Amino acid sequence: MGFHLLSPSYCCGYQASPPISHGLLRFRPVTGIPKPSPKGQLHQSRRASKVLAYYGLTTPPYKLDALEPYMSQRTLELHWGKHHRDYVDSLNKQLVKSPLYGHTMEELIKVTYNNGNPLPEFNNAAQVWNHDFFWESMQSGGGKLPQGGVLQQIEKDFDSYSNFRDTFVESAMALFGSGWVWLVLRTEEKKLSVVRTSNAICPLVWGDIPIIGLDMWEHAYYLDYKDDREKYINTFMDNLVSWHAATVRMLRAEAFVNLGEPKIPVA
Amino acid sequence: MGGASLLSALACGVSSSSIGAPPHSFLCPTPNRRRKSRRKVRCAPITAQFELKPPPYPLDSLEPHMSRETLEHHWGRHHRGHVDSLNARIAGTQLEEMELEDVVVASYNKGSPLPPFVHAAQVWNHDFFWRSMEPGGGGKPSGELMGLIERDFGSFERMLKEFKEAASTQFGSGWAWLAYKANRLDVGNAVNPCPSEKDNKLVIAKTPNAVNPLVWDYSPLLAVDVWEVCDFSFLFFLSFFVFFFLKLYSGWQRACTDLPLMFRCKFVLFVQHAYYLDYENRRADYVSIFMEKLVSWDIVSSRLHIATARAAERAREDERRRREDDVEITNREAVEMYVDSDNDSEPE
Repeated sequence: MGFHLLSPSYCCGYQASPPISHGLLRFRPVTGIPKPSPKGQLHQSRRASKVLAYYGLTTPPYKLDALEPYMSQRTLELHWGKHHRDYVDSLNKQLVKSPLYGHTMEELIKVTYNNGNPLPEFNNAAQVWNHDFFWESMQSGGGKLPQGGVLQQIEKDFDSYSNFRDTFVESAMALFGSGWVWLVLRTEEKKLSVVRTSNAICPLVWGDIPIIGLDMWEHAYYLDYKDDREKYINTFMDNLVSWHAATVRMLRAEAFVNLGEPKIPVA
Repeated sequence: MGGASLLSALACGVSSSSIGAPPHSFLCPTPNRRRKSRRKVRCAPITAQFELKPPPYPLDSLEPHMSRETLEHHWGRHHRGHVDSLNARIAGTQLEEMELEDVVVASYNKGSPLPPFVHAAQVWNHDFFWRSMEPGGGGKPSGELMGLIERDFGSFERMLKEFKEAASTQFGSGWAWLAYKANRLDVGNAVNPCPSEKDNKLVIAKTPNAVNPLVWDYSPLLAVDVWEVCDFSFLFFLSFFVFFFLKLYSGWQRACTDLPLMFRCKFVLFVQHAYYLDYENRRADYVSIFMEKLVSWDIVSSRLHIATARAAERAREDERRRREDDVEITNREAVEMYVDSDNDSEPE
């Protein structure tokens, strides 16, 4: 159940390496796994039996200075290049000694969440996924209004776009400490809603489908906005959020949640 | 106290004693309060509110380890914001007349914190944090504190290591603490994170967001703020250092223009790389600097003194209560025996 736009899985044909279904818009080969040589795979697999990395750091689908002046290149260099990379490296280090193996990222998050008693790998796994989702939730020239189906659904569930926007901003401002704010499609209630989560938690653990995510950890905005969180959130909504990505995610989500059901009143 | 009275003059109607000043004190002012109550007469009616206390040193005195900009921002904006929000939230409630520590414990509400909790706790935490530092601090503790550290951690270095680890592994925002555990296993308000029979010892704890060891009935001795704000302040300090270094280098470069380009490029890359490497361990480095150059062991020792006195007082109270209960039981037993003997004499 992937919510990325494309997810090719990289099968390198070795017995020891897992299929890595963590590709996104662009695929980055995982470092450390040797390429197949023309000599023959059997010969290679004997040497390649030690797996060196499990998940890779994917790059945002734009250059690091593409979001200027709303999110500086410096922020992206640190946020993606250091924080996100740290999470990936820490996760890989943890997985070397752990029995969790061969999961997709979403599966790993749900397994390590362990119904509310998170395992040590949860924080890193969830943060890797959250950040991937965050980069894809933004685009240069973003913001403005959603189009088509997303706008219709927002107007159906929030009464109007501005209502939704106010709810989103309010929810983000009310978050204390580190966390994330999401526009999710709730699978049971079959409607969109705004949720905020602490630290690394993401709505996948409850089976909901996130459509847009905003990082409210201080490292995301402190360099550009210091403590003016309201300006950061408003800038995100007006200039950064990628409704294109949201539309694609809604399309995928509709394969799992039937939004077209009429509201039949219970007798 | 010039700064504090200026603040109270600016914030008309704010009680400058800051903690639990009941409204009727205006009618019988003490000599200290008389001076301030005149100001109150000119301004708004008296309300018991919390005020933003400045750190006990000038804002630039912790340079170069913690810059004046950092303190202005961290104290002047974040801390002040919490004070204002706290006052707004407790206005008109019964929390208004309580001391700050009582507000923290009451609003923690046994783990389901009420809205004023985050602000009350952050106000208390930051006050505690500013007072844990001093210009020219650092070094090693001595006396009773050092003795207890060596008893409970083995050595000062081991305590430092554990403290740094707690600070580095606190995921998200939070605080790392050195606290004195009171002689109580059941704290009633929260789950005791270090339950064991061995009480009256020093422990290291880490807490998320705004929580502090008061809710576990511990006596905090030392705190370090590990919200990401502090990592960034440390980053600015590092970047200043690196840019200064780069400026020196560029000056040298101008003087030695015949150096091969490759060498110059490699040197600059090395410096940049070193800076990024530093950034990786930013929190560990920040805590190291805090412990080596900023922490005020005198204050920590005095807090320990208060904590041990409090624990001893509690032990005496518990002992006295136990003795009273024993006396009561023996009295009751006498009565029961009397009753029993009555029953015994009656035929079944």
